Amino acid sequence: MTRPVFIGLDMGASRTKVVVIDDQGALLGHAVKKSGIDFAATAAICLDDALLRAGAGRSDIGGAMATGYGRSNVTFVTSRSKTEISCHARGCFHSFPEAQTIIDIGGQDNKIIKLDAAGRRQGFKMNRKCAAGTGAFLEEMSARLDIPLQEMNNLARRATEMIKIGSYCTVFSATEVLESIRHGKPVADIIKGIFYSMIQRVLEMDSLTEKVVLCGGVVAHNPYLVEMTEEMIGRSVLLPEYPQLTGAIGAALFAREDAEN
Amino acid sequence: MAAEKQPARKKIESTGQMMKIMSEYFYDLNDAAAASDRKVAWCTSVGPAELLRAMGFAVHFPENHAAMLGATRMATELIPEANTIGYSPDICSYLTADIGAHLKGISPLARAYPGIEAPPRPDVLVYNTNQCRDVQDWFSWYAREFDVPCIGITSPKNFTDVSEILVDDVTRQIEALIPTLEEVSGQSLDMARLRETVALSRECTELWRQVLETAMAVPAPLTFFDGTIHMGPAVVLRGTRQAVDYYRQLLAELQQRIADGSGAVDDEQYRIYWEGMPVWGRLRQHSELFARLNVSVLVSTYCSSWIFPDFDPEEPIRSMARAYLGLFIVRSDAYKEQYIKQMLEKFRIDGIIYHDAKTCPCNSNSRYGMPQRLERETGIPSLVISGDLNDLRCVSDEQTVTNVEAFIEQLEERKDHA
Ligand code: SF4
Repeated sequence: MTRPVFIGLDMGASRTKVVVIDDQGALLGHAVKKSGIDFAATAAICLDDALLRAGAGRSDIGGAMATGYGRSNVTFVTSRSKTEISCHARGCFHSFPEAQTIIDIGGQDNKIIKLDAAGRRQGFKMNRKCAAGTGAFLEEMSARLDIPLQEMNNLARRATEMIKIGSYCTVFSATEVLESIRHGKPVADIIKGIFYSMIQRVLEMDSLTEKVVLCGGVVAHNPYLVEMTEEMIGRSVLLPEYPQLTGAIGAALFAREDAEN
Repeated sequence: MAAEKQPARKKIESTGQMMKIMSEYFYDLNDAAAASDRKVAWCTSVGPAELLRAMGFAVHFPENHAAMLGATRMATELIPEANTIGYSPDICSYLTADIGAHLKGISPLARAYPGIEAPPRPDVLVYNTNQCRDVQDWFSWYAREFDVPCIGITSPKNFTDVSEILVDDVTRQIEALIPTLEEVSGQSLDMARLRETVALSRECTELWRQVLETAMAVPAPLTFFDGTIHMGPAVVLRGTRQAVDYYRQLLAELQQRIADGSGAVDDEQYRIYWEGMPVWGRLRQHSELFARLNVSVLVSTYCSSWIFPDFDPEEPIRSMARAYLGLFIVRSDAYKEQYIKQMLEKFRIDGIIYHDAKTCPCNSNSRYGMPQRLERETGIPSLVISGDLNDLRCVSDEQTVTNVEAFIEQLEERKDHA
């Protein structure tokens, strides 16, 4: 390769995402893996995988930035790291250059980030130390119901009614779910209620202004969540092409800017 | 990998002198508890300490002890002890940690001061609910435990102006404490001595204000984290000569720092206001986190709460009432917002961090829309972090760091675009 590539790595508590972009900001390749317990090794494997898909090698790297929970464990970065809040904001603004409220639903955290028309952050909120509304909540429910995560989305779609879950707390929510099962409620209706409760918990964090952008791994794998959000807020939402990668893309864009300066 | 900068922690030279007077204070308390001719009173931090001191009591402040339990990270282990006897994990973690320590028979005083085993046994407990109701419950528990009287002031709350009616009320309540205190101490109140004590409190408070206001300088010569340590004498030795002498020394050192252009944080880039209590078990981590980001957390509601301009030796009891009512925590949101706005301007603040302390709703001003209102009115961004003063089970370090870093990045963005 003659032109340099830029790397963004988003090491979340549950998944590690690496993207490779070119100097124009176009996505050349990406890789996603479970973060596991050896963050450094996962980062390296992901990097090589993404480079391979991009048709590039390590010597082509013009800059690299890491973000996310495990960002300090990554060794190949060249830029000072930024938080996932800044990187998601940068990544989403790249897709939609306008004022927006970003809702990021991750494995462990939820975030609501507000940007003005110039992409400047107006404020942000992270969930408190609680799994309500996160991917971890969905995983817990899938384990309780013994239904693979991948099937939850389609099952929810088949619901005819919805069993609402009232509690804030993941563990209490599980008890509510078990109670519904005991009462013989249809599983699809229960799962729809689980999805509804997730979105509800996120929406409670902050108000929504301007355009609403949804991102994060949970959204990427559960398109029904997007439809349901639209229904709940009464307007359409924007979805980036790769909702799970916005943080990594933002990091790569920052790495490119750092290299230019 | 871009190496993380290790912050240099700048030592305040006067710290040695502070440790000395604090140590003398604790040994004196310990001696008083053992002596037959001196009585011990326990007092809330903004309770009528002037009255107690003037009547010859050795004065112990359980909140100070509780903060030590937090700072030494003993608290989280002890809180469950109080939970098991009926004190919920949702109430004041000063209370639960302190009662837990008593139940377990352990104290950070024993570690720090050889020869002292525990806080001194009280002869009387005196509270003021100007902070919260928890102090009254806390002191009542000890009153039952030690079978001694528990008296105090039930303060009005949530008022904007300290009106004469309120001052009348609290004045009468302070006066009503005197007969019991005279009985316990065996001495009658000497007004000349009270005047002297009030004068010393006033002086202490005035010097403490000047100490805190050195942070108006750019860069600020001291941080909130230094303040939480150096306020020790203002809390436990208010009304004494030692506290006054100490703050003179500290003030001189900080003024020298200003003259030398030496900031508490290297290359100060942002100036932050801290609203709420410190997370005692994380003082060091938090101070290092901000220093690493070139951020000075230089002013706070908490440390400034020990400034009482109303003390007046000419009118000792009435001015005590006025001072105790003037406290930030006891006032209305309208007053608090006005006060914070002035501080933001005075100290040239770039952002506010609200610590929402799980077990201290009274010292958490982020729950009724205040951050949003102030942000709208001043344009100064704010961040709310969840945590607690003593109960580290309510603290998530990872979340705190991400929140703070993201907040500073937000301030950077504003600066870049300015
Ligand atoms: S003000 Fe807060 S920390 Fe102080 S005693 Fe009351 S609840 Fe406890």
